[in-house]
Amino acid sequence: MSTLAPVRRWLDERLSLDDLTAPLRKKTVPVHRLTYWYFLGGMTLFLFVVQVCTGMLLLLYYRPTANEAFESVQYITTKVQFGWLVRSIHSWSANLMVFTAFAHMFSVFFLKAYRKPRELTWLTGVLLLFLTLAFGFSGYLLPWNTLAFFATKVGTEVAGQVPLIGKPLLVFLRGGEDVTGATLTRFFGFHVAVLPGIATMLLLTHLLLVQFFGISVPPKLEDEWAENPSKRREMKFFPNFALRELMAWYLALAALGSLAALWPWELGTKADAFASAPAGIRPEWYFMFMFETLKLIPSKILFIDGEVLGILAFGFGGLLLLAVPFIEIRTRRLGSWLLTGAGALVIAYIATMTIYGYLPK
Amino acid sequence: MRTTDIGDVQPLHDSLVQIDGVNPKRRRVLKGILGAGIVASLGSFLYPVLRYLVPPPVADLGGDTVVAGRVGELQPNSSKIFRFGSRPGLLIRTANDEYRALSATCTHLGCTVQYKPDQHRIWCACHNGMFDLAGRNISGPPPRPLEVFDVHVQGDELVVSRKREA
Repeated sequence: MSTLAPVRRWLDERLSLDDLTAPLRKKTVPVHRLTYWYFLGGMTLFLFVVQVCTGMLLLLYYRPTANEAFESVQYITTKVQFGWLVRSIHSWSANLMVFTAFAHMFSVFFLKAYRKPRELTWLTGVLLLFLTLAFGFSGYLLPWNTLAFFATKVGTEVAGQVPLIGKPLLVFLRGGEDVTGATLTRFFGFHVAVLPGIATMLLLTHLLLVQFFGISVPPKLEDEWAENPSKRREMKFFPNFALRELMAWYLALAALGSLAALWPWELGTKADAFASAPAGIRPEWYFMFMFETLKLIPSKILFIDGEVLGILAFGFGGLLLLAVPFIEIRTRRLGSWLLTGAGALVIAYIATMTIYGYLPK
Repeated sequence: MRTTDIGDVQPLHDSLVQIDGVNPKRRRVLKGILGAGIVASLGSFLYPVLRYLVPPPVADLGGDTVVAGRVGELQPNSSKIFRFGSRPGLLIRTANDEYRALSATCTHLGCTVQYKPDQHRIWCACHNGMFDLAGRNISGPPPRPLEVFDVHVQGDELVVSRKREA
């Protein structure tokens, strides 16, 4: 540290570092039996950083055209040294990130951390969750294999079913009427430029809001602590919580490395626009519950195409999720119970449909 | 002669009071012009961008008729996918030795369907949609039948064409 001291002093004279880092030093994390849930946000952030790093590495060799995409990923996984590892970590980390983002969202939901004054933190968080899914969907197509080709066909067709704006939206997403090389190039642009730009801005806002409001305590505990302040227990964010989080990140990195090495991500077969969809085709697990719903929904419900109704229902569900903090205010205590119940039902539905999707039929 | 609580101010017009050299009406007009100018310039930036997002239409060179295969290429009770313009088509030689040609794009969510020789049905693997050999949606989520094409044998070529509207 002593060699760094003059550097620190030099910076401090110009930027008054102590004032800048004061909020971080003052920040505390409440300690109670649910403290572990506070790790999930940071974990999602860590996996996002892993995605940015491995994504930049993949960009060195990947080529976003219909003729070269599959071959370039093949080249990365077979010829480039440790290419298989980088690609595999990118895929695994993407899946884990979707999982931790969902877990983070549900933990915030059930701990009621979205309540006033944290409504904007919730809004930016849910938007980040949607962006994570958009990252997953756009990235899935990039290896240009059969599974990805049909997943994209179905996914963009779903967007095309939206009333009024569906058709233009479909053409905009596909770069034409059909899924072609133009779609691949567009998705590549979304995946590596548009989405990261938006995500970075939203992420900074989200983190600033978290910093600004401090960490929320579950309502019941908050009341208990307010009644009896001597019960209140907290730890310093820096270094106590930060070091614990760092340890969790280190473990996550080990888990990622092991998963990537033991179960390297498959590449499949090259996409062919003039081949039938293969039997057993299915999307990534996090879209499975929607996929199964669309499979089970009848073709017509009261003269409306079943899938249009299903898609509208999922769209409405997304809007409801965004509106959670505002729904609760209007309905008060009973509403709070109902909302928790609804959340539990949603989890049960997602879990059942996902498991059902993977059952052999 | 009217006075305001600002002090001795000369009203220029009935509805127009000058306060410290500020003319509210004039200010409103100027704000309006400025606002309209900004909106117009934003529009002129955004319009080309929006048009740029829409890809130029691709000419469908396939036309309405295509050679889908050759006589003898398919065994009875088997099928193949052929190109019909930019879209896939499904050519089936049925167990009764008839040729059928249909659009291979599922009417549900656009996956490419396949012929199931064991069931003599057309099946979409994506969402388990089922069609009969006349293209009718008989089970699963597809909301509409598949488009059926005409098949003609010309020499040893199987020529598929879009049905003419009656």
